[in-house]
Amino acid sequence: MLQLKDIKKSFTQPDGTELPILDIAEFNVAPAEQMVLVGRSGGGKTTLLHVIAGISRPDAGKVRIDDWEITLFSEAECDRFRAERIGYVFQTFNLLPGFSALENVLLAMRFTRGRPDKARARQLLERVGLGHRTTHKPTMLSVGEQQRVAVARALANQPKLLLADEPTANVDSGHQQQVLDLIRQTCAEEDVALVLVTHTPEVAGQFERVDHLEEINQVVTGT
Amino acid sequence: MSLWKIAWRSIQQRALASTLTAVSMGLGVALVVAVLVVHTVVDRSFRRGGEGYDLIVGHKGGRLELVLNTVYYLSQPIGNIPESYRNDLLEGRVDPEILVETAIPICMGHSYRGFRVVGTVPELFEKLRYRDGQQYRFAQGENFKAENHFEGVIGATVARETRLKVGDRFKARHGVGEGAVDHAEEFTVVGILEHTGTPNDRALFVNMEGFFAIHSHASDGAGHDDEAHEQAVAGDRGEHHADDELAHDLHDHGPPSRSVTALLVCLDQSTPGITWRLEREINDGPVAQAVVPAGVIANLFEGIVGNVQLILLIMAVLIVVVAGLGVMVSIYNSMSDRRHEIAVMRALGASRLVVMLVILLESILLSLGGGLLGLLLGHGLIGALSPLILKHTGVAVGMLHFQTVELLLIPGLVILASAVGYLPALAAYRTDVARSLTSTP
Ligand SMILES: Nc1ncnc2c1ncn2[C@@H]1O[C@H](COP(=O)(O)OP(=O)(O)OP(=O)(O)O)[C@@H](O)[C@H]1O
Ligand SMILES: [Mg+2]
Repeated sequence: MLQLKDIKKSFTQPDGTELPILDIAEFNVAPAEQMVLVGRSGGGKTTLLHVIAGISRPDAGKVRIDDWEITLFSEAECDRFRAERIGYVFQTFNLLPGFSALENVLLAMRFTRGRPDKARARQLLERVGLGHRTTHKPTMLSVGEQQRVAVARALANQPKLLLADEPTANVDSGHQQQVLDLIRQTCAEEDVALVLVTHTPEVAGQFERVDHLEEINQVVTGT
Repeated sequence: MSLWKIAWRSIQQRALASTLTAVSMGLGVALVVAVLVVHTVVDRSFRRGGEGYDLIVGHKGGRLELVLNTVYYLSQPIGNIPESYRNDLLEGRVDPEILVETAIPICMGHSYRGFRVVGTVPELFEKLRYRDGQQYRFAQGENFKAENHFEGVIGATVARETRLKVGDRFKARHGVGEGAVDHAEEFTVVGILEHTGTPNDRALFVNMEGFFAIHSHASDGAGHDDEAHEQAVAGDRGEHHADDELAHDLHDHGPPSRSVTALLVCLDQSTPGITWRLEREINDGPVAQAVVPAGVIANLFEGIVGNVQLILLIMAVLIVVVAGLGVMVSIYNSMSDRRHEIAVMRALGASRLVVMLVILLESILLSLGGGLLGLLLGHGLIGALSPLILKHTGVAVGMLHFQTVELLLIPGLVILASAVGYLPALAAYRTDVARSLTSTP
């Protein structure tokens, strides 16, 4: 369902020189497949997720999700597509601090064509075990709980692809497994393909498919 | 979840800064409301005075003086005209084609505890109307009668401040202000006028016959130097001797050569332009001058008060604009903290335009909220001060005294808010999502 072809991405450094980050000939994820991406810090994992989500545009190459080649979309079309078909969970600070748990989930629904569905939002929060804390603001939730809300929010619009960028990095090891199980379970239940970035070997070890960015990326970065 | 709600949430999140900027906006708007109300109060209390009659006829001289004196009871009484001129007008000797319906004589030069005592005829309260055609009514008692020379009625403010009641007697004081002397004769209060919001609230009205009687008596006694008063008292010995003799020749009732300060004239308005015609004819004649009060009052108002009001209004509007800049600074300062939030919204699929709109709506909410607060504050203040305003100006303004100009505040504030919100909204529009997502807030 996800196909990357000849993706190139580089950043312009302050001194004006180009710093190549990504050069990926091919990267594919099957529908409902769950895979892990590992790699050196600064290797370009987050950048890759941004490119997949249409947050950053690659300098060259194609990103195809289902039947859409999002690299051909206008920026506004990309935004709409992301709202409707891609869920995104970041490492931390996923939630908007001014909004309650429920409102954070509803907010994600706001940017799609459909109408915000309160019942589904509640149901999702219940699924992540926070049915009783819907009105809590992020500051009143633990980091683990915040990540669970973030998972619920990422799935709000029934996406076909979930991108998770080190979702358990800031969660203590006790709750790490809980959050991870939640992500995998809900993705499996809703037939969502999962690309999860992690530095933690215990997390990576639980997946059948583990890609090393260094192996698929032809750019040799850092020292 | 609407964009309004999203904007509202970020206002809530920075409650203190938001409240402060909204309050400063509110103070500016309250000031605008206050200036507008002061404008109406001054305007109304000014214009009201001269309503109810078409012309003021008085001694030749300053037009403004005549109006100030007869309409507002301000400044020293000016010269007089022969009482007989009243009949000349009524009987068509000035212009046979113009039907003068009423000509109410007004005599001045006396006071009671700082309020003017006006010698006049009962028709003043029967024939003249005030403020949009309202009839004078008596809160207590009734109008004085032509045959009772030492009766009078008093205005509402006079009644309140002097505590004179129906049946009480008062002595008119010769002259106004320093060096005035009390007359021995007393007038009996037979009526207290209802509050009118005109300068008449601040005067005592006595039968002109009694007024003339105390005059001739007083001028025998203590010598004084109030020239105008002399004229009012004893026109036959003043410099208007010639006028008075002329008047004496022309009619045959009343004591010889009495004089009055002014005549309030109402015309049959069935012919258009009649007022201006009579005004010109009187002014062309040798005896008196005529003034259309509305015109003089409007000039006076626009010339002096109007400009002051305009400056005040401009200053108040500038304060609102400065408050608007405060909104801009407040939102703009918060933008660096909110980069991450905006990036999260973009990652959720919000377009650039949406995040820009959220910031603009935030600015509009703050400005309109502040504006609403200001309207409440301004009108609450007016409500609280209205008894005071009524007491001092005679103009009744209620808390709900809204003006149509205030409707402009709403679109005005929206425009201001959009203008000041534009810069921070642009910052939101330009947020680099990828970079802001990876940087911790
Ligand atoms: N907007 C940008 N401008 C310039 N350089 C950037 C930008 N974003 C990222 N980089 C650089 O690109 C490289 C890859 O960054 P990226 O965040 O993708 O790495 P990562 O693999 O996610 O690392 P980590 O595991 O630490 O999160 C880094 O060297 C980073 O400094
Ligand atoms: Mg990263």
